[in-house]
Amino acid sequence: MTSQKIVLHFPRKIVNQPVIWTLIKEYDLECSILKANITPSEEGLMVLELKGNNDNYKLGIDFLTELGLKIQPLSQDIIRNKERCIDCGVCIPVCPAGALEADPETRKVSFNDSKCVVCEFCVQVCPFKAMEVRFE
Amino acid sequence: MKKTIQEINEKIRKGKAVVVNAREIIDIVEQNGIEKAARDVDVVTTGTFGPMCSSGAYFNIGHSKPKIKIGGGKAYLDDVPVYTGFAAVDIYLGATAMPDDDPRNKVYPGEFAHGGAHVIEDLVKGKDIKFEATAYGTDCYPRKKLETHININDLNEAVLFNPRNAYQNYNVAVNLSDKTIYTYMGILKPNLGNANFCSAGQLSPLLNDPYYKTIGIGTKILLGGGVGYVAWQGTQHNPDVPRKDNGVPQAPAGTLAVIGDLKQMKPGWLVGTTMCGYGVTLTVGIGVPIPIIDEEICKYTAVKDEDIWTQIVDYSEAYPQGKKESLGEVNYAQLTSGAITVQGKEVPTGNLSSYSKAIEIANTLKDWIIKGEFLLSESVAELPGPGSGYTFKPLKERELVS
Repeated sequence: MTSQKIVLHFPRKIVNQPVIWTLIKEYDLECSILKANITPSEEGLMVLELKGNNDNYKLGIDFLTELGLKIQPLSQDIIRNKERCIDCGVCIPVCPAGALEADPETRKVSFNDSKCVVCEFCVQVCPFKAMEVRFE
Repeated sequence: MKKTIQEINEKIRKGKAVVVNAREIIDIVEQNGIEKAARDVDVVTTGTFGPMCSSGAYFNIGHSKPKIKIGGGKAYLDDVPVYTGFAAVDIYLGATAMPDDDPRNKVYPGEFAHGGAHVIEDLVKGKDIKFEATAYGTDCYPRKKLETHININDLNEAVLFNPRNAYQNYNVAVNLSDKTIYTYMGILKPNLGNANFCSAGQLSPLLNDPYYKTIGIGTKILLGGGVGYVAWQGTQHNPDVPRKDNGVPQAPAGTLAVIGDLKQMKPGWLVGTTMCGYGVTLTVGIGVPIPIIDEEICKYTAVKDEDIWTQIVDYSEAYPQGKKESLGEVNYAQLTSGAITVQGKEVPTGNLSSYSKAIEIANTLKDWIIKGEFLLSESVAELPGPGSGYTFKPLKERELVS
């Protein structure tokens, strides 16, 4: 079983294709769409949690690659700017994934990007603009 | 046993003063008792690092040739309007000011990415700042327009002067309504989705000297990474709120107006801050040394998060409507545990004020004192205390009669 959160970049020419439908029907993969911004005739972006047996997962990824989608692991996409972060912790209660935590002793904030679902709520909440979205 | 500030300063000069931060004194008092702790320890350093809206700086930018009278005209620093109602080239930049063309909350919630606070941060970093002024022109100040870059090092004066900082305790903000609200206490999710507070608690300056027995007008402090002074009681200073037996106010109470030379302040300790849907503010680092002149003061400085209580306030209705309603009282140990219970619901908590930075500030001040670089000052006048008659009044609105 493989389960990964990935970011898909849709080139303009395939925005109108039923990509997710194919992943589910043809490759028997579980698809949870965490974020999608796909507009006809523009480049699109989707954050997807993809789950299935190893062979199907690999075939599904091959299918996406052949279609011309750029795929990258999700964890790179919310970045904590440690220069800006003051470790206040106002982001902690709004994170739905529990990716932000305070150390009980030092009360410094840690960001566990493997838990992050890129909802971007912390980006809006952070008064210091320390949480940044990076889509490459 | 009592010590004078002069005696403590003598020890500091000789490198013999015992200085601890407001976290460390808690354990010292617990282990050794008040009497011994008060004898052994000379200074307790406090710290706080949080958003403080009532902040700003004044500048004298120097005279151009030909001269311009900016007073009564208009001026901008990096597109942020400054107050010009002074003499020819004195201006005041408020932390919450924002460019005229900022959309504010027209696109709700507004982003508020740039304002006076960010300009103050950039000045301290030594960045060049665009300066534009227009004036009406006089015989002695004929020039009507000025466009240039300024740099903090070239200004005659650059002085941080904050009318209200270092609040002694603050509300816990929650949202009882069914929609998200955007406040100066951060984004509050509907139906008690989160609870935000803003205090360094046991490290916070005025919570360690609840009756302002050592902190007064003239007290020398750490401000923005440099040296500053308490100039006056802050605006909205309100010493008469209810207090626990330990003297600690159970609601927002005392405040400080502070002043200091911006040129010697350091990047990282004055941070431009953005409250989504609310506006711009400045996060300020302040550290105040408390001389342990007697056992009573020592006892105050040993205050713990669990002994500091504050009120939970609904920011969807009670706060904006000016209703003095509390949804309950919690202490800072509960607040920093990650969740509190409000109306039977467990609500996750977030702090707008950085505890770890507050520790860093208290430790910086401690280092300065230990090295003999920072002597304590005797205050020249007291801040108004409980029973002084000094209060925080609401506005009395009166109908205009023409």
